[in-house]
Amino acid sequence: MAKKGWDEFEIGAMLRTFDGKIDDIAGTQQEDRAYSQSSSYTASVADWRLIKPIFNKDYCIDCQFCWVYCPDVSIISRDKKLIGVDMDHCKGCGICVEVCPTNPKSLLMFPEQADEETEIASWPKKDEEEA
Amino acid sequence: MAFDKMELRDIEVWDGNFAAAQAMRQSQIDVVAAYPITPSTPIVEGYAQFLADGYIEGEFVMVESEHAAMSGCIGAAAAGGRVATATSSQGLALMSETLYQASGMRLPIVLNLVNRALASPLNVNGDHSDMYMVRDSGWIQFDAFCPQEAYDLNLIAFRVAEDHDVRLPAIVNQDGFMTSHTAQGVHTLTDDVAYGFVGEFKPMNDMLDFEHPVTHGVQTEEDWHFEHKARQHNDLMTKVMPKIKEVFADFEKLTGRKYSPVEKYDMDDADVCVVCLGTSVETAREVAKEMRTQGIKAGVIGLRVIRPFPFFEIAEALKNVKAIAALDRSSPNGAAGMLFNEIAGSLYNTQNRALLSGYIYGLGGRDLTKAHLVSLFKELQANVDAGKVTTQLQQFIGVRGPKLAYL
Repeated sequence: MAKKGWDEFEIGAMLRTFDGKIDDIAGTQQEDRAYSQSSSYTASVADWRLIKPIFNKDYCIDCQFCWVYCPDVSIISRDKKLIGVDMDHCKGCGICVEVCPTNPKSLLMFPEQADEETEIASWPKKDEEEA
Repeated sequence: MAFDKMELRDIEVWDGNFAAAQAMRQSQIDVVAAYPITPSTPIVEGYAQFLADGYIEGEFVMVESEHAAMSGCIGAAAAGGRVATATSSQGLALMSETLYQASGMRLPIVLNLVNRALASPLNVNGDHSDMYMVRDSGWIQFDAFCPQEAYDLNLIAFRVAEDHDVRLPAIVNQDGFMTSHTAQGVHTLTDDVAYGFVGEFKPMNDMLDFEHPVTHGVQTEEDWHFEHKARQHNDLMTKVMPKIKEVFADFEKLTGRKYSPVEKYDMDDADVCVVCLGTSVETAREVAKEMRTQGIKAGVIGLRVIRPFPFFEIAEALKNVKAIAALDRSSPNGAAGMLFNEIAGSLYNTQNRALLSGYIYGLGGRDLTKAHLVSLFKELQANVDAGKVTTQLQQFIGVRGPKLAYL
């Protein structure tokens, strides 16, 4: 890609999302799709992050709010079950944490260098509502 | 959804606007997004009337400005349809931001530009300021001298722009009021023949091709922008002119009407010649004919194609001429004038460096009369006799007050 000359790419300021023809794109998982080199899926934006979400499945009720609200489609959900965060495309905006309804939250933001297992072990306790 | 065909006589009395609207109807355009502005309003009105009367199958989008009109056209063209619109003057100025998007995205839109002066002072009459304003926007530009040519060049523009090797938007210029509101006899083609010439639209990289999704209008920074612009310029310089000549030849086979990128009149043995655009070409031809009876070997060159500029054709046409006048119908505002510059550029390295002078005329619809041209041709002959340009290089024709001349 980086070494191409002016006569070696297609005309117009256009990019193809996939290599070749696609069919049943809705029925194909992201990791199984033939994304092209020029698709943003093949680019990592992990270095944009300063803080990252950590997912604690012990409290998750699979309501899918985070999946709906994530602006970068970085919440990975399979069969209506949340299984984790796509760390190549998450930019650490914190919206998933904001919309998480559980108590305590199943997703929390931590510094980029935080260790996942350590943080899950010391997960905050349930907030008691003041009477 | 069916649409009706229109029965046309062999010769109809049309003004340039109506001729353009009829050509648009016959091309069976998918989407027209347009905003009316004098003097091109009747193109949009006429097209909308055809649609209301059931002669058109496409969509007509009523937008809130020319910027939105061209944006709508770009969206429709990227989606994969035949697209056209019309505008003038201030409307084109408002469109100018999106014109560069259209050419950079290589979308074959046809724009009918009815030339009109740019404010201020506000003026609705014809000059070439708007044509000159977007000359570097990457659009192919044709120039019609009369309603017949406005009709023909619209059909030709679709063929050239939509070719898969070219894929560049095209402007068809005609003079505001002088062409657009002056009715003349126009030889028509039947709906079937006209559509047969333009051909069915063949989409390319269209966004509605769901099996090959594309993103149009991406961002490139210093790492790719130059390559894209270089590709576009290369295609304009190498692919467009051969294609235009090919389509002109096809059109001549169909109708007998011959077009070429540089329209020559009496140039075979001409000593002096005028190079101009639009309706002035026809006036200049009349005067050149009279000049011949007075012993001045006068010729006229009208540019049919302004962008890409026909450098080699111009150099060829002017190779034996001794004195040339470049007539610019736009205020040069601190420069020599576009035609003067381009012709100087075409001739600078040729064997024949003819005497070249520039004239500014006709701003805001000011008439260029035969008397003006008679004295102009005589001035050119005086240059030939003296062997040098006897006046200053840039002169103004037909402006009140003391004579203006510069350079």
